[in-house]
Amino acid sequence: MLLEIKDLHAAIDGKEILKGLNLQVNKGEVHAIMGPNGSGKSTLAKVLAGHPSFEVTKGEVLYEGKNLLELEPDERAREGIFLAFQYPVEVPGVSNSQFLRLAYNEKMKHLGEEELDPLEFNDYLTEKAKIVEMDKAFFKRSVNEGFSGGEKKRNEILQMAVLDPKLAVLDETDSGLDIDALRIVAEGVNKLRGADKAIILVTHYQRLLNYIEPDFVHVLAGGKIVKEGGKELALELEEKGYDWVKAAGN
Amino acid sequence: MTLAVKETIYQQDFQAKLENANQPAWLKDLREKAFAYFTENGFPTPKNEEWKYTNIAEISNFKFQISNSKAESQTGELLKEFNFERNGLTALHLAFADFVLVTIPKETSVEKPFEFNFKAAENEANFPHIIVVAEAGSKATIIENYESDAKSFTNSAIQIFVEDNANVTHYRVQKESAEAFHIGTTEITLKRGSFYNSTNINLGGRLSRHDIHLKFTGEGGEAFVDGLYMLSGAQHADTHSTIDHTVPNCTSHQTYKGVLNDRSRGVFNGKVFVRENASGTDAQQSNKNLLLSNDARVDTKPQLEIYNDDVKCAHGATVGQLEEEELFYLLSRGLNESLARNLLTYGFAEEIVNKIGIESIKKELDEAVLNRLQTILEA
Ligand SMILES: Nc1ncnc2c1ncn2[C@@H]1O[C@H](COP(=O)(O)OP(=O)(O)O)[C@@H](O)[C@H]1O
Ligand SMILES: [Mg+2]
Repeated sequence: MLLEIKDLHAAIDGKEILKGLNLQVNKGEVHAIMGPNGSGKSTLAKVLAGHPSFEVTKGEVLYEGKNLLELEPDERAREGIFLAFQYPVEVPGVSNSQFLRLAYNEKMKHLGEEELDPLEFNDYLTEKAKIVEMDKAFFKRSVNEGFSGGEKKRNEILQMAVLDPKLAVLDETDSGLDIDALRIVAEGVNKLRGADKAIILVTHYQRLLNYIEPDFVHVLAGGKIVKEGGKELALELEEKGYDWVKAAGN
Repeated sequence: MTLAVKETIYQQDFQAKLENANQPAWLKDLREKAFAYFTENGFPTPKNEEWKYTNIAEISNFKFQISNSKAESQTGELLKEFNFERNGLTALHLAFADFVLVTIPKETSVEKPFEFNFKAAENEANFPHIIVVAEAGSKATIIENYESDAKSFTNSAIQIFVEDNANVTHYRVQKESAEAFHIGTTEITLKRGSFYNSTNINLGGRLSRHDIHLKFTGEGGEAFVDGLYMLSGAQHADTHSTIDHTVPNCTSHQTYKGVLNDRSRGVFNGKVFVRENASGTDAQQSNKNLLLSNDARVDTKPQLEIYNDDVKCAHGATVGQLEEEELFYLLSRGLNESLARNLLTYGFAEEIVNKIGIESIKKELDEAVLNRLQTILEA
């Protein structure tokens, strides 16, 4: 098992958001986590990535059988966890390629593999950019600065492609995308699927799941998983809305 | 009338300077006036509001050597427009100034930058003075480069006249030794439809102060007055700037950034005046500071004085640490904490350095910034 979350409770500023969440993810699987706004989806994503504002008050998270919660955010990343942010952060003055090469090389160093110099990395990045049909002009630009909403999301998937994570958590990667961009991003994600990797798709809407078929759908409400099923559950949610599952969460 | 005699430290040097042959009577006269002002007023002290945060006792208490160059350089009547009566230092500057005059002829675009390199020697005082006249419709780039590798004293000035529809790019890089003292004055006059774009980089100096006085005198002018001070150890850097909108429809942008480590101290005082007559003014000013240590300190004071209703103005200042969300973003990509912090700091400074359009200078500054951060980042 790649990831095992047991009775996870997490709080921010003393306010409990996650209230006993359980989830199991195996290699090769794609899991969708759906739920109404404010149900704690982003909180789960950030807790997995190690955001310092959230405090885990109870429960356990095992990643490859080891305690994930004792690792720093950067250690988690080097161990293969990747979070595509719901709101990607702008980093003025630092170029995309500079940033990505540093991140890539940190991981290579950690794995004891060869680092790439700027020229080699440029070739590597050019290949990866094709996955999300991203223009080379974005390499030189400051990370996310002045990018449109859709470009930022694409840039997140480019980062995912470069870092090749074992566990990718994509937080609302579909929001703010028009239909063409959604298709490009979804196809990109599909290319990054693999038997030795897993993806957790966090989304409010069913529409992304038309393009990336999940193996499992979990519904999060009130800080807990309140319903689980196969991909057909997403369609049911689309039809009925969240009210009927929300009730179950309370 | 008897003059109050306050400061005699450079009296003999001044006599020698006056005896120097080859200077026109008007210049000799001007120097005497300037020196009299200095003698009467002495060096500025923190009692003066404009010098409140910058104590130059270390300059006034030390007798620097003044080299008496025989070669009298070229100057012009525009020198008379230089306001030496701002304080004792500007007066001292003019009394001893060595001149360079650059004229860019009408409608001429000069590709190759005019580059001025000044290197101060140990215990020496230097007083370079540049006059740039960009005649109507001309275009040029000016580079001022200040270096030193010891305790030295530079007291420099530049006057830039950007005439109708002329375009001047100006880079000023001060990377003197951390023992050096540096005083600089920049005066800019912008005429109708002219454009001026400056980037002022302050990396060196034990104690440095840069005064900028920019004045729009013709409609439709536009100016960028941007800068960076990046300090460590016990360095102190002060920027005082005045942007004066005296005529309608001019635009000014000012972005100054500070990165302060250790016990260093920065001062930013930026005044923007919009005079009664200056309708249609657009003036933006910001000063952002990053404090990397608990002992570093910044005193920032952006000031807007507006005497006209038909204007668009904004100003602001921030003093703070790195943004937590930015830091987390970098960590979440596998960068360790010190690398992430350095990269963010680098990015903060690079926003200004990236303005520099000359690759060789930009590269050198990138390296200087990285050196400051003591990381192993490569370009
Ligand atoms: N930084 C924060 N400070 C305080 N409350 C927060 C913070 N971030 C999220 N919350 C609260 O946590 C709850 C869950 O938010 P979130 O995880 O973002 O939900 P979702 O992603 O499902 O929309 C909400 O009630 C939200 O207001
Ligand atoms: Mg969310």
